[in-house]
Amino acid sequence: MAVTLSEKAAKHVANYMVKRGKGIGLRLGVRTSGCSGVAYKLEFVDVAAPDDIEFVSHGVKVLIDAKSLPYLDGTELDYAREGLSEGFKFNNPNVKDACGCGESFNV
Amino acid sequence: MALLQIVEPGESAAPHQHKLAVGIDLGTTNSLVATVRSGLAVVISDELGRPLLPSVVAYHADGSYEVGYEAQVRQTLDPRNVIASVKRLMGRGLKDIVNHEAMPYDFDDVPGMVRLHTTGGVKSPVAVSADILRTLRERAEASLGGALVGAVITVPAYFDDSQRQATKDAARLAGLTVLRLLNEPTAAAIAYGLDNGAEGIYAVYDLGGGTFDISILKLSKGVFEVLATGGDSSLGGDDFDQRIFCWILEAAKLKPLSIEDASLLLTRAREAKEYLTLHGVAPISARLNSGEVVDLKLTTEIFTEISQTLVAKTIQPVKKALRDAGLSVSEVKGVVMVGGATRMPQVQHAVGEFFRQEPLNNLDPDKVVALGAAKQANLLAGNRAADDDWLLLDVIPLTLGLETMGGLVEKIIPRNSTIPVARAQEFTTFRDGQTALAVHIVQGERELVSDCRSLARFELRGIPPMVAGSARIRVTFQVDADGLLAVSARELTSGVEAKISVKPSYGLTDGEIASMLKDSMAHTKDDAQRRALKEAQVDAQRLIEAVQSALKSDSDLLSAEQLARVEAAIAALQASALGDSRRQITQAIDDLEAKTRDFAAQRMDKSIRRAFAGKRIDALEGAASAAGVGEHR
Repeated sequence: MAVTLSEKAAKHVANYMVKRGKGIGLRLGVRTSGCSGVAYKLEFVDVAAPDDIEFVSHGVKVLIDAKSLPYLDGTELDYAREGLSEGFKFNNPNVKDACGCGESFNV
Repeated sequence: MALLQIVEPGESAAPHQHKLAVGIDLGTTNSLVATVRSGLAVVISDELGRPLLPSVVAYHADGSYEVGYEAQVRQTLDPRNVIASVKRLMGRGLKDIVNHEAMPYDFDDVPGMVRLHTTGGVKSPVAVSADILRTLRERAEASLGGALVGAVITVPAYFDDSQRQATKDAARLAGLTVLRLLNEPTAAAIAYGLDNGAEGIYAVYDLGGGTFDISILKLSKGVFEVLATGGDSSLGGDDFDQRIFCWILEAAKLKPLSIEDASLLLTRAREAKEYLTLHGVAPISARLNSGEVVDLKLTTEIFTEISQTLVAKTIQPVKKALRDAGLSVSEVKGVVMVGGATRMPQVQHAVGEFFRQEPLNNLDPDKVVALGAAKQANLLAGNRAADDDWLLLDVIPLTLGLETMGGLVEKIIPRNSTIPVARAQEFTTFRDGQTALAVHIVQGERELVSDCRSLARFELRGIPPMVAGSARIRVTFQVDADGLLAVSARELTSGVEAKISVKPSYGLTDGEIASMLKDSMAHTKDDAQRRALKEAQVDAQRLIEAVQSALKSDSDLLSAEQLARVEAAIAALQASALGDSRRQITQAIDDLEAKTRDFAAQRMDKSIRRAFAGKRIDALEGAASAAGVGEHR
């Protein structure tokens, strides 16, 4: 089981972490909500939780809680620019269908 | 799919509930929009990666319009229909606009705010500003992928109520919810103070395209307070362009120019100014419609010389702001440079020399204000980070007061008070049986109403008839976080109330706030004397009315001889009150008071006898304590 960051995403995360001045890593996760079942979580981490599973990708520590991992296994987090918009994008092989905007999805 | 941003621990919003908020620097020359992305304030660029949006709008005959660089390109071709520096026109009547003869527009002097005749129709400055704001809103929504919750829009610290209201109106017209209007230097301080964790006294020197602001700020532990502000609402980078323009006219010995040629040369002047920031010599060449060819070289030395008075003009308000804050130059820990015009080497040099230190300029001076506004917007929209609990204190630029008898100003909220602020003061009636009170709200530093700016008037009616001086009318001034004023008056014994919000009093008689401040300094002594005279005249009037009303009810207490003496003294006081000698008036007042002293004592005895007649002592005590309770209410 693994989750990775693209090189571009890792660079942006590292940059944000330096500017923020604190934190140990990046949390990926899912929560039930939204119009299509489950929604992504993308947060800075100051303190790790006991059931967190750790990955390191391109030098960035990624934490995922054990319950979220099955939904995210194999995901690559990428950083993308679409038109004027830029931000992080989950390339998640588990997704069967997503809502129109992609903020929530089904497995 | 939507692109996500990293948020603070535990703050993942439910999907479709991201609160998108932006900060907008609506500048005279350029405007910007910024937002907070993954905890960082960033300016949102357009499709071509350009952060600035020139504050220029081009109108076409078919009703369409262009904003920004596309409009700027058309400026030399069609100056009448391409509106630039519209911020100078916001909330202003034609006579308030400095140098409007030099602007190539077709003005319509509508009472209140000017209108501009363009091929696309008659436009108010508010509508033109709204077109700029709409472009920024669309840029932000395309970038952030959703509708905005709201925006923080910055305004110069010197903007008065009508200019602030005009800015809010423009935002509404552009479909933006205004979370707050924020003073530009304060926004700059947010961008600098919090990012760099600075503490101490800082000066923000903001020389933008059209306005100059100086603010003295105190930063400590993430709390910052504006101690004093000052500036000049018609001094900026545009004026430096004008100086170069005039130099070109002289150096090239040009005949009077057509509108198109003047516009072209102004553009060349601006380009030369920008070029001189990094180079020692700027070539200026242009082929005019008139057939004349301009081919000149402007050196840094010449530019420094021709712009010397402009640079010096910025130092005066700096001195005054420091004086207002009660500080000396040596107490200022750092100087923050804001505004594109601060890139000019001679400005950097002059500021460095005055403060005896190198000014801070590690953030892009064009972006600082927008970045600070974005942080504030993010906070107000509720996207609060755990340690972002800083407080923001802003100040009002001019004293707010109201008119009292004799045309004098009673100052209620002194300038540089931190906002939001509320102050109340009690007033009373001047005449017996007075049932209405006119409240006239004024803004300014002078002692006489006629020298201040009139903001609004209203009347409090339905005051129960009482003896002069016994009504208690509490007037409350309240300035909200946007710097907008609400005034209410309430008669405390009856509870009657009247209030007003100061709405756009567009097109005010007095133009320049800076010159109002300068005036107040120049006239301090003069004003004090005039005030003393007016006060004496008001005292005289009040005494005459009191004595006359006493005579009406109780003249039977006086002998014919006494009555004649009192009447003679009244006549003497009436005569001296018309003159302009304060000493004579006070002497006449003393004289009348002396001649009526016995009369007053007799009246007092009479009314006490009347009040006590047929009453027992314990009833009197009950009445006294009830009055005491009333006092403590």
